[in-house]
Amino acid sequence: MVLRLSGLSVTRRRRPVLHGVTLSLPAGQFVGLIGPNGAGKSSLMEAALGLIPFTGTSSLATLPADRRARHAAYLPQAREIAWPVSVEDLVALGRIPWPGGGRSGLDRIAIDAAIARMGLEPFRKRTALRLSGGEQNRALIARALAQDTPMLIADEPIAGLDPAQQLACLRLFRDLAAEGRTVLASIHDLGLAARFCTRLVLLSDGHVLADGTAEAVLRDDLLRRAFGITVRRVDTPDGPAILPV
Amino acid sequence: MRGCVRRFKTTLVAALLAAALPAGAAPRRVVSMNLCSDQLAMLLAAPGQLVSVSNLAQDPRMSPMADQAAAYPANTGRAEEIYLMAPDLVIAGTYTSGATVAMLRGLGIRVETLPPAEDFDAIRDAITRMGALLGREDGARDLLARFDAELAAARGTPDRGRAALYYANGFTSGRDTLAGTILDAAGYRNIAGDYGIATTTTLPLELLVMAGPDRLITGATWPGQSRGEAILDHPALSAVAPADAQVTDRDWVCGTPFVTRAIRSLR
Amino acid sequence: MRGLFIALSAGVAALFLASLLTGPAGLPMPESLRALLAGGNEPLPVVMREIRLPRAILGLAVGAGLGLTGAALQGYLRNPLAEPGLIGISGMAALGAVLAIQTGLSLAAPLALPLAALAGAAIGVGLLVALAGPRGGSVTLILAGVAISALAGAGTALVLNLSPNPYAANEIVFWLMGSLADRSMLHVWLALPPMLLGAVLTLSTRRALDALTLGEAAAQAMGVSAPALRWRLVAGTALIVGPATAVAGAIGFVGLVIPHVLRPWVGARPSALLPASALGGAALLLAADVAVRLVVPDRDLKLGVLTAIVGAPLFLHLIWKTRSGGRV
Repeated sequence: MVLRLSGLSVTRRRRPVLHGVTLSLPAGQFVGLIGPNGAGKSSLMEAALGLIPFTGTSSLATLPADRRARHAAYLPQAREIAWPVSVEDLVALGRIPWPGGGRSGLDRIAIDAAIARMGLEPFRKRTALRLSGGEQNRALIARALAQDTPMLIADEPIAGLDPAQQLACLRLFRDLAAEGRTVLASIHDLGLAARFCTRLVLLSDGHVLADGTAEAVLRDDLLRRAFGITVRRVDTPDGPAILPV
Repeated sequence: MRGCVRRFKTTLVAALLAAALPAGAAPRRVVSMNLCSDQLAMLLAAPGQLVSVSNLAQDPRMSPMADQAAAYPANTGRAEEIYLMAPDLVIAGTYTSGATVAMLRGLGIRVETLPPAEDFDAIRDAITRMGALLGREDGARDLLARFDAELAAARGTPDRGRAALYYANGFTSGRDTLAGTILDAAGYRNIAGDYGIATTTTLPLELLVMAGPDRLITGATWPGQSRGEAILDHPALSAVAPADAQVTDRDWVCGTPFVTRAIRSLR
Repeated sequence: MRGLFIALSAGVAALFLASLLTGPAGLPMPESLRALLAGGNEPLPVVMREIRLPRAILGLAVGAGLGLTGAALQGYLRNPLAEPGLIGISGMAALGAVLAIQTGLSLAAPLALPLAALAGAAIGVGLLVALAGPRGGSVTLILAGVAISALAGAGTALVLNLSPNPYAANEIVFWLMGSLADRSMLHVWLALPPMLLGAVLTLSTRRALDALTLGEAAAQAMGVSAPALRWRLVAGTALIVGPATAVAGAIGFVGLVIPHVLRPWVGARPSALLPASALGGAALLLAADVAVRLVVPDRDLKLGVLTAIVGAPLFLHLIWKTRSGGRV
């Protein structure tokens, strides 16, 4: 499943935040969306999903709402759980776009698989709100997995997580892409983004500044233009370590 | 301003006149501020003696003497306006605002209060008392004699059946009330008595229905609508009540000789 | 969970029967039930069919409606403090009803009463959703509710005070506190059809409300249409609260207490909480209406007095929990 965005522009509160972004995200890629705060990363994802008004085209947003929900799962930046539901019921919410609505045999299989994949078996009957932040995050990701979509769009999925949880989350996303899904995630940690993503898109002031491999995107001049910083790159056996200085 | 000064002068003159009069002489400027005392005062006062009645007395929905009352300046029961009328006697009801009465007395005006008359003896007492207050004892005696004669003529044959009084908000009246007295005099047995009700209080609709009265007398409805009056349109009420539902009117409001008309209306 | 629904249904059935059998007349049980079924023009069937039956039906319907709308509003605003009575929707409905009565519209066409109340409720809930939509916090919700309630209460008092009818001014307490005393089948027929329609609309939001558990954006991405959900919720709430208030006055706290008590029993899922709260609301209001007849049989004690005595302390407790950052 390819996500095609072309000429995507977004205006928020009469202020343009995205200027004609054109991107094509094929299946099997884990695309890291990087860029400073306010560069338009969230707007790009929300417009691609059709959640906010935009001009241009998004191959996802043109689908009717119910079909769109079976094509792409979305993890918003705010990890909200409004009611004290159990982990199992929380994960089952991912089945809402599907005909069974969480009750059919197919739904049960998807829910069980998502719970197992996120290692949530021991917490299955526990109230999600009583879990730790990392466990809650895993439950929310399991919800997105249960939605069983070829595309996953996640807004800052590793923000606020401890290093182990960050690594686990990014490994999962890399695996999901390797299984043939399209994964798009905004990430602030440039080093982790460089290590796990198959492709990086650098966004600055609503424009795509660079798009390609980590080596091509994380260049000193581009980072200076986007963030106003310089970085020191240290190559390690596990990949490049990037230190802002 | 000039009008104000003139009114003040009139007030002053009237006050001086009142002070100059010997005690016990008939009052010359009487103001009544209660619907019931209004009627008795209008029936008994000498020409020119009564200077004002309450505005309720001019309301034909409540006052059987609305036409006569229209000839008098009306008061709305406020101390200020009554003081400016320079009365030497103010007649109020016992339920008139205590603050108003106290203020008028504080201003040196004689205020007499009349209790509401809930039975025929109380009406007789009220007529006699009003006569004494106005210095019109002879007129009161005549009125009393006429009242007794009309009452004797109006009384119905005993035991004409069971009747129920029903007003807005589900209120009924028992035997200790004026309406109960009227019902009794007309020869009806009041179903309020079945439930031990002697005063005016609420009677649940289903108790009224279960009592199955032979005659239903409801309160008059007022212009505009109210939820309180809606109970009088309840289908359960029309299901049990005979068609000739009587409505209480202005003759039922006050303990005055007009109650004989109310009694006769129940025939 | 099935056990909960069976228990609630049994409770509602028992309380409905208790409501039919409670009254100042103290009628014998078998005879009164026979009279209810057989009918007739005797006093006993008239009392059962024209006085007690409409009262019991309205107790059931109004209670169920308030429980349902309370749960739905809480699910939509994702806030356990939402409730039609507290946030001014019932007050606006009462204002609409009072206007219909005092302008004589309801006399000309009986349907004008529920329709005007419906319009009032729709304005109330519309204002509230606009002011404190799903992104508004508790503070916005409560402040918006206070403002709408105050406006509605003042409007109601003003209209009743200007009425030429001397009884009208005393009715403020009915519109503020609610009562089911002396309602007739006419009121049942006026209120029930729109309330049923509202219930169907409200229940159709169940899946969308479940999705909203994850926040507005996630719900939208799961196929929930925000405008359609808002429309169904506003219309459903107005269709239920408007007619209910037109015939029974504003009864507060039912929609607050019931979802709060039942939430743990249904695993906190809004989709299960909606029908459970409808049953629970019916049970609570029927019980309260039996209680007002047993506790002070000779006074028309207002239903809202009892529900507030139960509900207000719970409301304070919820505010305390929200204040200290805890989740409910």
